[in-house]
Amino acid sequence: MKTVAKTGNEAMAYAMKQINPDVVAAYPITPATEVVQIFSNYVADGEVDTEFVAVESEHSALSACVGASIAGGRVMTSTSSQGLALMHEILYIAAGNRLPIVIALVNRSLSAPINIHCDHSDTMGSREAGWMHLYCANSQEAYDSLIIALKTAEATAVPAIVSTDAFILSHAMERLEVLEYSDVQNFIGEYKPRFSALDLENPKTYGPLDLQDYFFEHKRAQIDDFSKVLDAYDKAAKDYAELSGRYYPAVEEYKTEGAEVAIFAAGSTADTAKEVVDDLREQGRKVGLVRMRMWRPLPVEQIKATLGKFKAVAVMDRSDTMADFGGPVFLETRGMLYDSEEKPLITDYVYGLGGRNIELTDIARVYDDIEQVANTGKIEKLITYLGVRGEK
Amino acid sequence: MQQYFEVRWHGRGGQGAKTAALLFGEAAMETGKYIQAFPEYGPERTGAPVKAYNRLSDGPIRIHTQVTDPDVVVVLDASLLESINVTEGLKKGGAILVNTQEKAEVIKKKLGVTDAKVAVVDATKIAVEILKRNVPNTVMLGAMVKVTGALEWDSALASIEAKLSEKFRGRKEIIEGNVKAIKKAYDEVEVA
Repeated sequence: MKTVAKTGNEAMAYAMKQINPDVVAAYPITPATEVVQIFSNYVADGEVDTEFVAVESEHSALSACVGASIAGGRVMTSTSSQGLALMHEILYIAAGNRLPIVIALVNRSLSAPINIHCDHSDTMGSREAGWMHLYCANSQEAYDSLIIALKTAEATAVPAIVSTDAFILSHAMERLEVLEYSDVQNFIGEYKPRFSALDLENPKTYGPLDLQDYFFEHKRAQIDDFSKVLDAYDKAAKDYAELSGRYYPAVEEYKTEGAEVAIFAAGSTADTAKEVVDDLREQGRKVGLVRMRMWRPLPVEQIKATLGKFKAVAVMDRSDTMADFGGPVFLETRGMLYDSEEKPLITDYVYGLGGRNIELTDIARVYDDIEQVANTGKIEKLITYLGVRGEK
Repeated sequence: MQQYFEVRWHGRGGQGAKTAALLFGEAAMETGKYIQAFPEYGPERTGAPVKAYNRLSDGPIRIHTQVTDPDVVVVLDASLLESINVTEGLKKGGAILVNTQEKAEVIKKKLGVTDAKVAVVDATKIAVEILKRNVPNTVMLGAMVKVTGALEWDSALASIEAKLSEKFRGRKEIIEGNVKAIKKAYDEVEVA
């Protein structure tokens, strides 16, 4: 283990180097460009054994990954925003073919208007594609999560997206600890695909037509296997904690003991909110934080058990569903808790679209609001667009 | 609340404000600090005003917000004083360091600063003299370390030298020139 200074992008590229995948096919896009660029330097300098495929688009990037993964390779790529959108149809193909490809992703808003900064619209738009998804809170976690995600993906044959917040994490240098190459290699082990197109002794057909007669059964089996990801993730995260000393639960609780209200948030904002919680706790206020790290599959029972304890919860959404009903995390959180006997009053705060800065004071204001909801038992405003001009 | 030491760098695109922030961050890490170093991204054009930031602490840093109340402001290009409010949010008792030919007293009066330290160094002159190029960013690190007292000088210098060696792989004259220039800025910085 050694201490280094790295940006989120450098941390992800370094994790990819230590994973040393068989194939990386990628097309650069701001703000994930550096991940691809740094990794291609590793390739050029002979520091990895990876076959790097320079393609002409993200659609081709993920298509090449699908081909390489069907051939039995350990495969990764990196993208952001419009790039993920262009990969969209191939996301389903990778997941449906049970190919454990891992994407190092940087969360950026989708056009229009054009913007290169952070929000979670890109990955939220792909939440039904059958990929595991982890949101990271800092550079350390970005590095660690790629390694844990790869292990989980290969154990379950479910592809994975690991994401950081554009610029806030991708371009911010932080201090982190990295493992030795041999430790990473021992942890992930040799990849043994269940099937390989290059296994000429056992020829198979890949990606065939599958109509009314069996498609539904195959989809049902995929959904069933997806539900096993959470256990596989827990095991990988615990094994990784033994190796590194850093444990990342699917759902993280921070100072929830005795808390009456909590914020439920993901990404770097959840890390920032911890500082606010500390501050308010010093004032004797009963506030806590729950961090949504794993978003797919949804850790339903953990979220229900955790959020069920509070009088009021504020969900923080860094994207909107365009359903005129707030953000996706809000909708799903309310859905999960609908049948719970004890459940909090839940409000939504859509924030930070297109990289709008979120200050400690903004987060403190959310705590003020939900304390009032908890005290009065009434929701005055269900959905708030936080930090946008012309709104309170 | 955790204590942070925060820095805002002002420069123009191409002058290396971001590189200076990264080098300062890494140097601080070598002395045992937890660090952040990040640029403010916008449309990037050579010559346009740019900002970069540092956040230092003795413990892990969890906040990921912009720096709004810096302890120290560093201005790599004195012409920015005309167009940008460089003292915005500067903490009481903090410091502002400007690359200029002017005396510290003159800059202090110009900025109207009363409750923070004002320091000046002619980093451009030092850079042109020693490095033969107008690249004031690394030069300013020397003055920065002295004015703020935030880092231990020897280990900071050693770290900067190591990073430059990595970056300029064996181009000795550049590495040695930078170190010489940094030391000169350390010696010549003037405080009012």
